[in-house]
Amino acid sequence: MLVYFIRRLGQAALVVAVMGAIVFVSIYMVGNPVDVLANPNADAKEMAEIAGRLGLDKPLHEQFALFVWNALHGDLGRSFVFNEPALKLIIQRMPATLELAFAALIVSVLIGIPLGMLAGLWPHSVWGRGIMTGSILGFSLPNFWIGLMLILLFAVQLRWLPSGGRGETVTVLGVPVSFLTVDGLRHLVLPAFTLALYKAALVIRLARAGTREAMLQDYVRFARAKGLSPSRIILVHVLKNIMIPITTVLGLEFGGMIAFAVVTETVFAYPGMGKLLIDSIGRLDRPIIVAYLMMVVVVFVVINFVVDLIYAALDPRVRLSEQGS
Amino acid sequence: MTQALPHDLGPAAAEPIRAERGESLLRRRLSAYFDTPLAFVGAGLLVLLLVVAIAAPWIAPQNPYDLAQLDIMDGRLAPGEKAAAGFTYYLGTDEQGRDMLSAILYGLRISLFVGVVSTLFACTIGASIGVAAAYAGGKVESFVMRVVDLQLSFPAILIALVLLAVWGRGIDKVIIALVIVQWAYYARTVRGSALVERGREYIEAARCLALPRSRIVFRHLLPNCLPPLIVVATVQVAHAIALEATLSFLGVGVPVTEPSLGLLIKNGYDYLLSGKYWISTYPGVALVIAIVAINLVGDRLRDVLNPRLSR
Amino acid sequence: MVVSRTALLAGTVLACVAVPAVAQELKIGVASEATSIDPHFHNVGQNNALRRHIFESLVFVDAAQKPYPGLAASWKAVDDTTWEFKLRPGVKFSNGQDFTARDVVYSVCRIPTVENSPSNFTIATKGIESMETPDPLTLVVKTKGPYPLMPLDMGVFGIISAQASGAGADLKFKKGGCEGLGTPPKSADFNDPAKAVGTGPYKLAEYTRGTRLALERNDGYWGAKPHWKTVVFRPITSAGPRVAALVSGDVDMIENPPIQDFDLIKKAGLTIVQGLSNRIIYVHLDQFTGPDWKTPGVKGTDGKNPFLDKRVRQAMSKAINRDAIVDRIMGGVAKPAGELLPVPLFGTSEDRKPEKYDPEGAKKLLAEAGYPNGFELTLGSPNDRYINDEKVAQAVAQMFTRVGIKTGVDSMTASTFFSRRNKYEFSAYLAGWGADTGEMSNSIVALIATQDAAPGFGNTNRGRYSNKTVDELTRKALTTIDDKEREKLLQEASKVGMEDYGIIPLHFEVTPWAFRKTITYTPRVDQYTLAYEVKPGQ
Repeated sequence: MLVYFIRRLGQAALVVAVMGAIVFVSIYMVGNPVDVLANPNADAKEMAEIAGRLGLDKPLHEQFALFVWNALHGDLGRSFVFNEPALKLIIQRMPATLELAFAALIVSVLIGIPLGMLAGLWPHSVWGRGIMTGSILGFSLPNFWIGLMLILLFAVQLRWLPSGGRGETVTVLGVPVSFLTVDGLRHLVLPAFTLALYKAALVIRLARAGTREAMLQDYVRFARAKGLSPSRIILVHVLKNIMIPITTVLGLEFGGMIAFAVVTETVFAYPGMGKLLIDSIGRLDRPIIVAYLMMVVVVFVVINFVVDLIYAALDPRVRLSEQGS
Repeated sequence: MTQALPHDLGPAAAEPIRAERGESLLRRRLSAYFDTPLAFVGAGLLVLLLVVAIAAPWIAPQNPYDLAQLDIMDGRLAPGEKAAAGFTYYLGTDEQGRDMLSAILYGLRISLFVGVVSTLFACTIGASIGVAAAYAGGKVESFVMRVVDLQLSFPAILIALVLLAVWGRGIDKVIIALVIVQWAYYARTVRGSALVERGREYIEAARCLALPRSRIVFRHLLPNCLPPLIVVATVQVAHAIALEATLSFLGVGVPVTEPSLGLLIKNGYDYLLSGKYWISTYPGVALVIAIVAINLVGDRLRDVLNPRLSR
Repeated sequence: MVVSRTALLAGTVLACVAVPAVAQELKIGVASEATSIDPHFHNVGQNNALRRHIFESLVFVDAAQKPYPGLAASWKAVDDTTWEFKLRPGVKFSNGQDFTARDVVYSVCRIPTVENSPSNFTIATKGIESMETPDPLTLVVKTKGPYPLMPLDMGVFGIISAQASGAGADLKFKKGGCEGLGTPPKSADFNDPAKAVGTGPYKLAEYTRGTRLALERNDGYWGAKPHWKTVVFRPITSAGPRVAALVSGDVDMIENPPIQDFDLIKKAGLTIVQGLSNRIIYVHLDQFTGPDWKTPGVKGTDGKNPFLDKRVRQAMSKAINRDAIVDRIMGGVAKPAGELLPVPLFGTSEDRKPEKYDPEGAKKLLAEAGYPNGFELTLGSPNDRYINDEKVAQAVAQMFTRVGIKTGVDSMTASTFFSRRNKYEFSAYLAGWGADTGEMSNSIVALIATQDAAPGFGNTNRGRYSNKTVDELTRKALTTIDDKEREKLLQEASKVGMEDYGIIPLHFEVTPWAFRKTITYTPRVDQYTLAYEVKPGQ
């Protein structure tokens, strides 16, 4: 197990290193930040001075070496525009994105599980078929277009909800959160629903498959035979059982949801990490782009690593086959 | 956020397909396909969209990519208003005086083209790698599958976004980016079925005949892995179209003078609050119809081609 | 809960409308957030606007960018290379200390030392050869040659307190590095209200990046007291939400409401004001004469550069229907341009009218120049820098195509665009120029003077246009202290450049602001939103 652990750890480190190099080099191929940052009146000498101050006059390999050195010390660079550590700026935006992603997660479960169970209990009914067709729609509708249509309907036509931005925040344990204020919730509804739609379709399918399977299991038959009420069987026994795969899949998909928040945040002008990424691409604020991508890489590699370890711990065949090859 | 439907989550409601003896496999599956009305609708819509997209240059009232035909004096007209050139803008115009109906027809063409071409390339590349890896086995296989897993664990949208931010706009660039983020799906799918097929008698037999490796892989192994591949590819076309639209919406997709559906929607986004709904709504409807039609077909194909259900 | 308390407060306010002294807070939704409180960190519009609230300069400029006395009560050119500034007596910094010439010297000295600055203010201090302070309220500045722009330069940067920043007693200006500077404060230090010490009408009260920046009235201010006790700037970078925030009453005033939302704003009972800006939107055509001219984006001319022919340039200018662009793409919120700055700015002429739209004339000129069937062209453009930039570029392409120059548009995010433009990757591109100083010399030097590193000419002349007469007249103007004489020279230089079609001007941007009916604001040419100029309405 230790050998396996070390080998996987080495692989993970290698992946981070390779991805780091790719990300750094490709971002440093885009444009010249000085052209954007400098005052238009600046002449060639001043432009050269700016490049010097920002360390952009050094050859690529030196810049990369410096980046690696700093990264190993926990410093992913300083934003050109804000003169603050890139990581700090990203972390400042993190609560907003996490809040959005969690809200979307809750919405997807609230929509997905009841509908999925309905479809699972009566698969051949009009309802069952309708829900399944609806879930295809949920998979199909492009995220950004849903957002636009919701804005058009609820913000422009009906004027019930704000068209974008983040609502009023209150500070809880030093973190500004918006879901505790009415204004904050109103701002959260549309983006959360937009982000949730795809996941809701997924949950519907999982819940339906799970329910159908569970209804044929012995424990359900037994419960029925014991005379438990159908609602109790469904709400307690079946629900409990289908939650296991749903939780697993949603957990694994959470990272993807944060990534997709880039699109939702752009549509709703929601000040999260994704919006910061898009804005930074526009401003060519390289350190922020690189720091964001590196953070994503590290998070995903860690998730993969942990999943691998858990598999290995649970299933000795994985280790054995690994050693055999 | 359209993505490929997870493979094994298709509606288990699929009616088992009963075949009469003597019917060809293709006919059996075709008739099975059209068993459900929704699948019929999906296929019908898809054919219609394809015809319309291909015929766009002949049926569109205006060539929206020929700037000489546009007139900004006709800009932002509401649906139904008359053009200076005489015809009617049934779906209105955008701020450049571009007839939205024509723009949608041409945009559909670009969107479908990008979706189909990128899928073909990604499918060919991914399937070749996947089947080769499965056949080779051992270190090669485990290495390739690590790469595939890793790539699949990263969100496709982020990879494509960064690639296009680096490369700039262009239909060719969008296609390449889509191929890069999608090949891994096919590699995984094909490898999965190849693992099963690898152990079968006909492969053993081919090996005994000492046929060249490449021949075994591409002539014997690959064709037998096709059914699941077709399902994944169909759904991935929809995925690719949605991804292209999203990228264009974020401003890193196709060039502005040759807008795809996604870019048309983005242009309309600016006018959404001012009540000029038609600029982004109608292209959106076209996009959604295209994606839903493809997904309906893909969903049904999954049932029909699923060996577990038909055997 | 914060909300309910605000609601309660709002209720109280409504309940006692009769008391006028209550509504003394002004909330402004700004389109871009200042990147630092440090007045010397980043020479960029939003920072310079914020700076004016807290840190003042020697010279002020009014809404039409005409200079008037600020921290300097008066100034004069003693001789060709000497400027004398008499400082305003009785001015105090927000920490109570007196403002003296020493603070000016300190500020000029600190400017080049700011760390990590993405664009600093040495542009405005490079003309200074030496600085003397014969008495605390007199500043004598020497320049190398005649330097008429010194008063304008002195309006560009803000003055910080030497004392509060830890200057040494032996502070002395020296070109290339001052003596006795001590350890100048870091940019981040200014984020602390206690350290952001200036002479301005407001003091920094609270700063949370990305969310809000609050200012508080400086009660010891030397000038007219601003009306608002507190001012809150909220960055709302996306146009839609910014408008929504105004309409819903979250903010009292916003910058840059998008043109397409004007109707909605007016219907909501809000006011929109528009003011001509100093920003010209133009098209540059690559007129490089070197033998290695490549033809990026030009096809169908057998490798010849068509733009070297004045008739082609004139034809392209005639092909553009500026009124249509202003009316259809800009929604009427812009003004067709005939030269690089709008009247009445310094160096402009009343009689320079925008080129008349004349597609037939354009076709004829193209035929005369040997391009009866036109040629193919790609027009570069940013898509997120100027108002509707990408859409204007498409309209221009449409108009070029109509006279036979088949034009495509290559638009991209500003960062990529400027990098590519600076590498001459476009044979034709659309961009904009805001003349910071509000003087024609700025526009000509930047856009049409022959590229020359030594005097810093033609930095943005990426069309590489070159005209000896323009250069000569401009050089002369830049060493002419007498304002009348200088203006005449600049008018002449502009006329020569425009009649030679060295650049194709399209329109001047018009900057809109939207706000509640109860306040008023006079639009500024420099596009700044200055809270102390926002007045309560009738």
